[in-house]
Amino acid sequence: MMDGFGPSLAFWVLAAITLVAAGGVMVSRNLLHAVLFLILTFVGVAGFFVLLSADFIAMAQVIIYVGAIAVLVLFAVLLTPRSSRDNSETRWAAPGILLAVCLAAIFLFVVHDTAWRTVDAAPANLSAASLGRALLSTWVVPFEIASVLLTAALVGAIMLTRSPEEEAEDALA
Amino acid sequence: MTPFLTSDRWYDIRDLGNLSSAILEALDKVLPFEVVYILAAVIGFVASFLLFVLPSQLFVGVYGERRLIGRMQSRLGPNRVGPFGLLQPIADAIKLIQKEALTPTQADRAVMYVAPILFVMPAVLLWAVIPFGEHMVIADIPVSLMYFLAVSSLPVIATFMAGWSANNKYSLFGAMRIVSMVISYESPLVLTLLGAVVLTGTISLSGMVAWADEFNIWVVFVQPLALVIYFICVSAELNRTPVDIAEAESEIVAGYLTEYSGMKWGLFYGMDIGYALAASGFITTVFLGGWTFFGLEAWIPGWLIFIAKTYLIYFLFIWTRGTLPRLRADQLMAFAWKFLLPLGVFNLLIVSTERMLWFEQDYAKGLVYVFAAVNIALSAVLVYVWARFNGYRPERTPTRPRLVKQAGGYIPVGERS
Repeated sequence: MMDGFGPSLAFWVLAAITLVAAGGVMVSRNLLHAVLFLILTFVGVAGFFVLLSADFIAMAQVIIYVGAIAVLVLFAVLLTPRSSRDNSETRWAAPGILLAVCLAAIFLFVVHDTAWRTVDAAPANLSAASLGRALLSTWVVPFEIASVLLTAALVGAIMLTRSPEEEAEDALA
Repeated sequence: MTPFLTSDRWYDIRDLGNLSSAILEALDKVLPFEVVYILAAVIGFVASFLLFVLPSQLFVGVYGERRLIGRMQSRLGPNRVGPFGLLQPIADAIKLIQKEALTPTQADRAVMYVAPILFVMPAVLLWAVIPFGEHMVIADIPVSLMYFLAVSSLPVIATFMAGWSANNKYSLFGAMRIVSMVISYESPLVLTLLGAVVLTGTISLSGMVAWADEFNIWVVFVQPLALVIYFICVSAELNRTPVDIAEAESEIVAGYLTEYSGMKWGLFYGMDIGYALAASGFITTVFLGGWTFFGLEAWIPGWLIFIAKTYLIYFLFIWTRGTLPRLRADQLMAFAWKFLLPLGVFNLLIVSTERMLWFEQDYAKGLVYVFAAVNIALSAVLVYVWARFNGYRPERTPTRPRLVKQAGGYIPVGERS
């Protein structure tokens, strides 16, 4: 899959975009710029999925992460009073860097120690139909548990955001 | 090598596309592959631009929309520049390019500069998966419906960037409104599309057209409610006038466009039309059977049928824009969550049941028509019953002005008596 000039070029361009954007998330002082860089990172990762011929996962990545989660994050940032403050100079810088170095060491160790398998063609069961079949047969229990969890989160959010006045009104009615 | 024309009659215009393929195949014998590849891309781009994008955008989009809205509002619309005012869009474009694009001193310059560019890109990308004819689709990927959904969720971020970066109160209001609108309207939109997907059993747009061709019925007849909900949701996402609260002139100056001028504003304006056209093409493909017309495609080129249907849906967009008054932000939110979302869930329930019944009957062809009749009746009943359940009453010509409270409007919690 990764031979030929086109896919290689696409891989390096996507890698550059994703890494630069991920770096931008960390170093940008403006919180909203960080969110926009995060969106660019998501799009870059979706590009990698396309390169790995996982079309469905790429589209799901864009719909869920860019279309829903990033928009929600933007909304949350807008509602945060001190959203435009500098967030690069805090007293947590030193522990943060330490943690990042430890994580990077672990990841590098894992990447280095895994025996990576290369395949010539994409696996056949990556299509949307087979993914759906797997989700509703083999993995049906985790799938349903996840949906119950999401419903509970939804109900909980509604309960948390109701104001006391509305509660009182409903109690009277 | 395919023959130049499949039928030897010169007036048969079905195979117009073969002209370019004949030229390219002849060139392929003398030139290296890469040159022909690039040449094919250039020919395709120029042809689609000259035959579809330019006439759609300028003459159907800008001119047709302004002329039709003029008719609906009992005025003439543009009629000075060129014959019938047809050159008005070109004059507007020249004017916009000449104007200075101002940037406020306190604005976030980089984000404000990038936002219009990011807004244009998805509008072009959307056309990649829409089939114009039997094999006339740029990228026939198996998940093209999801591709369309994914790409059409990108312009929201561009409009948000535009509204936030201008550092203007009204721009920020517009940006917040558009984000909250999209969060609300995305869920019923996806639910209704899920209805069409469950019915046809595919998420490929060409597969949906093939389904309509095979069973000789359009998805809209089996899923009328889905089309209505999708149309409302997509107008809300596109900021078309009955629901364009993100740039409501009477409330927040021009919303996220307040600080934009010149061609930067022009890109937003032009691409609004581009998105509406792309959405019309998408509705045509999913709900109206794309380039098929019950066998008529054997006589007329399929892309002509597709473009005709697209313009018909686009006329519906213009019609709603010209005749309906703008709604308030809270009315729109309540409508999405209390009305459209439950109806979408009901619709999905009905279509899933039908799909199961159909599966047990081995996809008998006649059963689809029964489903169509049942669904049209059920949709009307559902809309009426759910509206009454929610307390909406059919209202004919309100004769006297009423207070917000009497009209059933929203009153902030603190101000209720």
